Amino acid sequence: MRSDAALFALEAPATLDAVLAQIAAEPGKHTPIAGGTELMVALGTGRLAQRSLLSIQHLLELRFIRVEGDAIHIGSGTTFTDIRRSASIAEDLPLLIQSASWTGSVANQNRGTLGGNLCNASPAADTPPALLAYGAAVTLISASGKRTLPYAEFHLGYKKTALRPDELLYSVSMPREFGEYRQYIRKVGTRNAQAISKIALAGIALMEGDVIADIRLGAASLADRPVRCSAAEAALVGRRIDEAAIRAGRAALAGEAKPIDDIRSTAMYRAAVAENLLEEFLRSLLK
Amino acid sequence: MSNVSLTVNGNKQTVDVPPMKRLLDVLREDLHLTGTKEGCGEGECGACAVLLNGELVNSCLVPALQANGAKLCTIEGVSTEGRLHPIQQCFLEKGGAQCGICTPGMILATHHLLDKYPNPTMEQIQEGLAGNLCRCTGYMRIFEAVQEAAAGGTH
Repeated sequence: MRSDAALFALEAPATLDAVLAQIAAEPGKHTPIAGGTELMVALGTGRLAQRSLLSIQHLLELRFIRVEGDAIHIGSGTTFTDIRRSASIAEDLPLLIQSASWTGSVANQNRGTLGGNLCNASPAADTPPALLAYGAAVTLISASGKRTLPYAEFHLGYKKTALRPDELLYSVSMPREFGEYRQYIRKVGTRNAQAISKIALAGIALMEGDVIADIRLGAASLADRPVRCSAAEAALVGRRIDEAAIRAGRAALAGEAKPIDDIRSTAMYRAAVAENLLEEFLRSLLK
Repeated sequence: MSNVSLTVNGNKQTVDVPPMKRLLDVLREDLHLTGTKEGCGEGECGACAVLLNGELVNSCLVPALQANGAKLCTIEGVSTEGRLHPIQQCFLEKGGAQCGICTPGMILATHHLLDKYPNPTMEQIQEGLAGNLCRCTGYMRIFEAVQEAAAGGTH
């Protein structure tokens, strides 16, 4: 049953400062809404619990892609289409382009934002595995200033984030230092467009011959939040890729995975396929 | 209630609506432009797709207030002077429409696609229309219609 739109308040303060002042004055009362690709679905199906919303969709202060020295900074209001059109992101962070391209469909990519994708905090979201592999940092903003933390510490649990009620996600930053890294990403879902992943894995690795000098792995739908696979990384770094290393990587990933059964898949399938994706990545590094 | 001003198919309109009212409902109920269809109401099917400032969007996911000041193109604005747009003509001639519910969204998604890629590959066509579901045609005739439109219509 669709919600009655008349029961919901929506305002569009003219500036970011005005939004921050309002959420500082009444913390927790207002929910920010950007492209609406999540909250409007909840409205349409009668599940939208929040009654007071603040539009941040028009705030160009949150919509930017800046290359500064060794880092790329992406404003939280940047759409997936903006990301796909960015030559800088394509060059330095190709996994992010790939994950943006399979987020929803073109119409959703024109509206949906990177910040919304992260703040909605679904464990199955498409961009987090790439951000985790790239070691992203997030900057949060409030009326009293900004703070930056590793993106790996942003998700605290299922749909729980480190955002305080008076804060917004301001930007996501990633280093531009992966030119020498081999990069891999794969989403397993029912189809390319629109489908929410059953499991997804992103990985980057720096190779010295057949030896893994550095490896970073991020996964979706492997736990109650997007996760960096640090046990698998630890089992693999410094090792020559051979059958024993692949077995060790798979075992470590299985040990740290905490998938669930839900309408899209089963825990057993997710764990098995995650191990297979890791193996596929590792074998690709030998080519 | 909020005053929302829109330029729809070239006509300036102002409506007084709840700010969270879906743009889809503003179009259908307040402006009586019922060519835009509701399919899933969840942004999955593309039946409600319109062009908002030139970008393809699902109007079921746009709160009215966020469309304030925007230029919209709906299926009613695609044809000119009583003549079908070449995309519409190609859908008609290639059998790209059957029951018709998905067709307005398909036409606007095709419009958006051909703006970006005047000579799209089959892969670009499939990706550009991946957010528009059709339960009748099996898609092949739609893809043929898009290819025909890209090739310059059926003149």
